[in-house]
Order: sequence, then structure tokens, then C-alpha cells
Amino acid sequence: MASEESTVPKTLAEKVYDAHVVRSTSGEPDLLYIDLHLVHEVTSPQAFDGLRAAGRTVRRPDLTMATEDHNVPTLDILSPIADPISRAQVDALRRNAAEFGIRLAPMGDRDQGIVHVIGPQLGLTQPGMTIVCGDSHTSTHGAFGALAFGIGTSEVEHVLATQTLPQYRPKQMAVTVDGELPPGVSAKDVILAVIAEIGTGGGQGHVIEYRGSAIEALSMEARMTICNMSIEAGAKAGLIAPDETTFAYLKGRPHAPQGADWDAAVENWSTLRTDEDAVFDREVRIDAASLTPFVTWGTNPGQGLPITGAVPDPADFADEGDRRAAEQALAYMGLTAGTPLSEIKVDTVFLGSCTNGRIEDLRVAAELLRGRHVDPDTRMLVVPGSVAVKAQAEAEGLDKVFLEAGAEWRGAGCSMCLGMNPDQLKPGERSASTSNRNFQGRQGKGGRTHLVSPAVAAATALTGKLTAPADLENAGV
Amino acid sequence: MDAFTTHTGTAAPLRRTNVDTDQIIPAEYLKRITRSGFEDGLFVAWRTNEPDFVLNRPEYASASVLVAGPDFGTGSSREHAVWALLDGGFRVVISSRFADIFRNNSTKSGLLTVLLPQPDVEALWTAIEAEPTTEVTVDLQAKQVRYSPGGGQSTTVPFEIDDYTRWRLLEGLDDVGLTERHLGDIESYENGRSAWLPRALPAR
Repeated sequence: MASEESTVPKTLAEKVYDAHVVRSTSGEPDLLYIDLHLVHEVTSPQAFDGLRAAGRTVRRPDLTMATEDHNVPTLDILSPIADPISRAQVDALRRNAAEFGIRLAPMGDRDQGIVHVIGPQLGLTQPGMTIVCGDSHTSTHGAFGALAFGIGTSEVEHVLATQTLPQYRPKQMAVTVDGELPPGVSAKDVILAVIAEIGTGGGQGHVIEYRGSAIEALSMEARMTICNMSIEAGAKAGLIAPDETTFAYLKGRPHAPQGADWDAAVENWSTLRTDEDAVFDREVRIDAASLTPFVTWGTNPGQGLPITGAVPDPADFADEGDRRAAEQALAYMGLTAGTPLSEIKVDTVFLGSCTNGRIEDLRVAAELLRGRHVDPDTRMLVVPGSVAVKAQAEAEGLDKVFLEAGAEWRGAGCSMCLGMNPDQLKPGERSASTSNRNFQGRQGKGGRTHLVSPAVAAATALTGKLTAPADLENAGV
Repeated sequence: MDAFTTHTGTAAPLRRTNVDTDQIIPAEYLKRITRSGFEDGLFVAWRTNEPDFVLNRPEYASASVLVAGPDFGTGSSREHAVWALLDGGFRVVISSRFADIFRNNSTKSGLLTVLLPQPDVEALWTAIEAEPTTEVTVDLQAKQVRYSPGGGQSTTVPFEIDDYTRWRLLEGLDDVGLTERHLGDIESYENGRSAWLPRALPAR
């Protein structure tokens, strides 16, 4: 049996999955062990209530970590939250964490931040682990070669109680990006192009492994941006094989193994690669050199185009569902077919979120903003993904660059990625946003969102219109 | 969770693709810490801004089966989307493709998600648009959707669902209790975990 197992070629995701099967019986889902459970205030209160009602405890508080992010205001963060309902939700998490013995990084704590930013930053996210959270962007952690996926509140309760989840083996998909990305083209553009290519349902039922020379060349933070939006392609998870870049990122982090443990861990992590003869259920290839800065024009993340393109004509879509969706999107977005994307004027630029709220994202934007000024009719919000990212940016003087350029420098949180805290678009307002979802009303009731990379966000803030960084000189700013 | 065996009711045609969970229930309704009472948030933007929205039409006001376009339930993992549909009177959603997390969440609360090929969804749309009082029966025991277009001859459409999920729904069983029967397996797995794996306790 053991020898048979070792000769069957497996994908990376299959290796991680198989290493966590607690129990496997024909006709039932596998029971999968969970190495790390991240918790936030929005999707957990009903789960804790369920535990209390059944008289259950948290099985492994030492494998569970909580933070406050979705409801957190990014101004005046040391005062109590003004919105009583948001405050009650955060208070509930504090009570639950205390009662069940779970570590919590509350507002004001040096470890606080967006749940998918703090896991990697603390070194809690490591290769080969299974990681879950009541949040669909848990796929972010796949950048380390972990099998990480979002779950609902009932499953949060299940993991709290048992540290396991019933799971069916996902299908395997490879997205291979070979070649070199052109200057000004980033991980965000890669993933937006992938989603436009395969569609919002293209990854459904699959785990996507991103591979190829362009992926291997990316930093850990860029890899997180790509894995983060796997869910926007409908995938259960996205992951990337760990390598020297991964190990270098982890070494010395607070929860990374040390000494002999480090050596044992690296030995194990080095086996986490897809076997040469492993079979994927679906494969997609993308030429990195062909990619350009990408923006979305519609109301789902698959409705995107190179920034050099124009708003599409719904009549050009062959599929009736797509045509109808495009019509509805254009009506909601207040756009006319044929308008060049680079002529679309925005009111607000949002730089932040679990997709693009890490230090490298802030550096890229600051570099473009340095010595320049944000368009007078445009507001730019810069929201670091965590307290630690904020401190790092301030140590590098990036806060001053943003402030001198006329942008707002905020505290850490989910902020304008979703309308649960005070940072929201007003009805009809249009944003260029480095977040992950352009759904109707996502950034505030009636708000219109164009998803962009940090570089496009910064360039757009300078001109007030959707702008590729390469076009800044021509725009005369 | 309430058991689901068979359900008969009228059906509402939601001719939209990519109905994401932000549309099913916007984030501002997620601040509540209860598990019920989410009906006021169900499709609230469309109900408010579009007078012709299908659920604003009196003939579909009491529908309990939602027939939607492909990629239903994409986006956020919020189980509140399932709760809002249940609180809003729906017991079944039919679509040709569901987002994984939504579908998984639905099975935890007794909302049945039925996967039908798009041509069958189209036929059902045509029937319930022509005659909104058409009763649709969703039979989990027999794995069938049955209805009579225009009151005429009955149409039966079979659907697939894995046996385990079907059994859980038919019995109304919660997962935690089922998993707790395997605590011994969990303990032995834990004993074999590598010592260097991280713990979330405050760092050194």
C-alpha cells in the first residue's frame, strides 16, 4: 500500500490533501484535518453560539487565531466603533475569544490586520498546511503551497468543535504562466487576465496550481495576490509550489520553525511539488509577455479587458446569458459601449485589501506618486493591510509620500473592499480599486468598481481617469 | 437542520447569471450576530431599485423555488446568503452551476440546491413565465424535479446529488455530531502531526 502510494504521481494539492486525511471511507466524504483556523468577527458569532448551545468546546484553541478586520474603521481606530451594530459584532468576537481561549488580535494590537495579511506575516501560514477561514479569500495562503480555502459559518463551527472538515477530493487544474511579464504588468494583471480567460465559473470544483517561469519569478506577496483571487475564478483554492523564495520569506518570522525544526520543515516542504507525470483535469497556458495592465468594466471579476481596450458592446456576446449580463453591467456601471477604458473618469481610488494591501503594493504605488499630486477631483485612500504593514510603510517614509501627493493615509482593515465599515462609495460614485470584487454595491450601495493593480491605481489617482503607468508621461503629470 | 424530503411550491424565474452573494444579501446585513431574520436583506438592492425585479411581481411573491442562471452564489463565503433565502421562504434553488462554497453552505442548513442542465433550466423558465402558478415538485427521495407546463402533461427531470449529502438532507443531520463519532481517528491523526507545525499561541 505504502509503495503503491509513493509511485502514483500526484499534484501538489493532492499531496497536501492526502497528508491530512483523518479518515476515508467509500460513500462518505473524507475527514480532513485542519492545521490552522483563522477567525474574524463577521462569520463566527453564530458558530460560537452553536458550540454553546451544544455544550461543546473549541478542540484546538492553539491552532485557532482571531482578528478584527471587516467592521474596523480606518480612522480613529482606538476609539470604540461608532456604529452600534458593528461594535456589537466586534464585542461578540472579544467575548467568544475570551470564553473559548482563542488568541485575538483586536484593534490597536500590533498583530491586528486583515486576516489574510496577518497569517503570512506572523509565519503561521506555512507550506503543506491545511488552512481555513470563514472568508472566501482564504485562498491567499495557497501562495505558500498550503491548501487553503474559505468556508461558511456552519463549517466554522465544525472546525472549532473537531479541527476537521468533511471534504470531497477536488479536481485539479493547472494554470501555467511562462515567460517574462512586461514592465508595469503585475500579479494583479495576471490573475485578472486568468479570470477573464476561464470565467467566474471556470475553476469550479477545482484547485488551481499556478506554475511556470513567470510565477516562479514572483515575490511571495505577488503570489498571494494571484492565489487570493482564485475564488473569483470559482476555484476552491489556488496554490503555488514552495521554493527558495517561500523559505526566505518565512525564515525568522515569529511562528516559523527554528533550529533543527527549521531544517526538518524545509526538508518536508521541499517535497511539496507536483510530480512530473501527475495528471491535471484541466490545463490553461498563458504567455506572460502578452499581458498588459488589466481593468474590469463590468460587475463580475471575469468582465475585464486590457486597459487599452474599450467598453464592449453587449451585442457582440454570442451567449445569451453573457449578453444579458453585459447589458445589466453596463446599465449599472453607467458606461456606453465603445468608450475607451482609458477615458473613464473615477471619483475614488482605493489602494488596499487582502489582494493588494501589503508593503510591496504600497511601495509600487508610492514610487509612482512620489513628487506628483493626485488629481484634484479624485480622492485616494491608502489602507495598509495590517498594523505591521502600516508600521513598515511609515518606517520607509511611504506615508509621507502618500500624504504629500494628496492621498489619505489610513489605519489597517478591510476598508473599502466591502461595505461593512465607514469607508464606502456613495451611490453612483466610481472607483478604481485594488480589491477583488466589482460586484454591484460591493463598495457601498450604488457604487461602481473597476478592479485594477496598485500601479494602475496610482496612475489613475494622478490623472483622474483609468490610466496605465506607462502612459503617465503622455498624460503630462 | 430541518430535514428535506420533498417540496412542492411555485417557482420564480431569475434570469441572471453570476448572482453573487453580495446581491443575495449585501454586507451591511452581515453585522448581525443572529442566525435568522435575514429576509429583509434578501436581494434588497434589486428589490429596491428595480420595480420589475421578479420578486417584486405579485405572481412570484410566494415562490419557494428559485430558478436562476449559471454561476449562482459566487463570491463571498457568507452563509447568511443561505439563511436569507430560507428566511425569505425559499427551500430550493435550481441552476446549471453553483459556486462551491454556496452549494456547500446550502447543504448545512437544509436549502436544497438542484443542479440541472441549462436547457432544462430554460424549459422551466419558459413554463413558469407562461404560467406563474405552475407548481414545481422537487423530490429528493426520487432525485426528480416534476412540473406540468401549462397544466398539461407532467415533465420529469432527474437530477444528481451525491448519496451522502442526500442522506444527510433527508435525515436532517448535522455534521458535527457525525464527525464526533470519529474522535478516535482524529486523536490518532493528531498524535502523528509533525512537532514543528505552528501553533497560534502568542509568539515568543
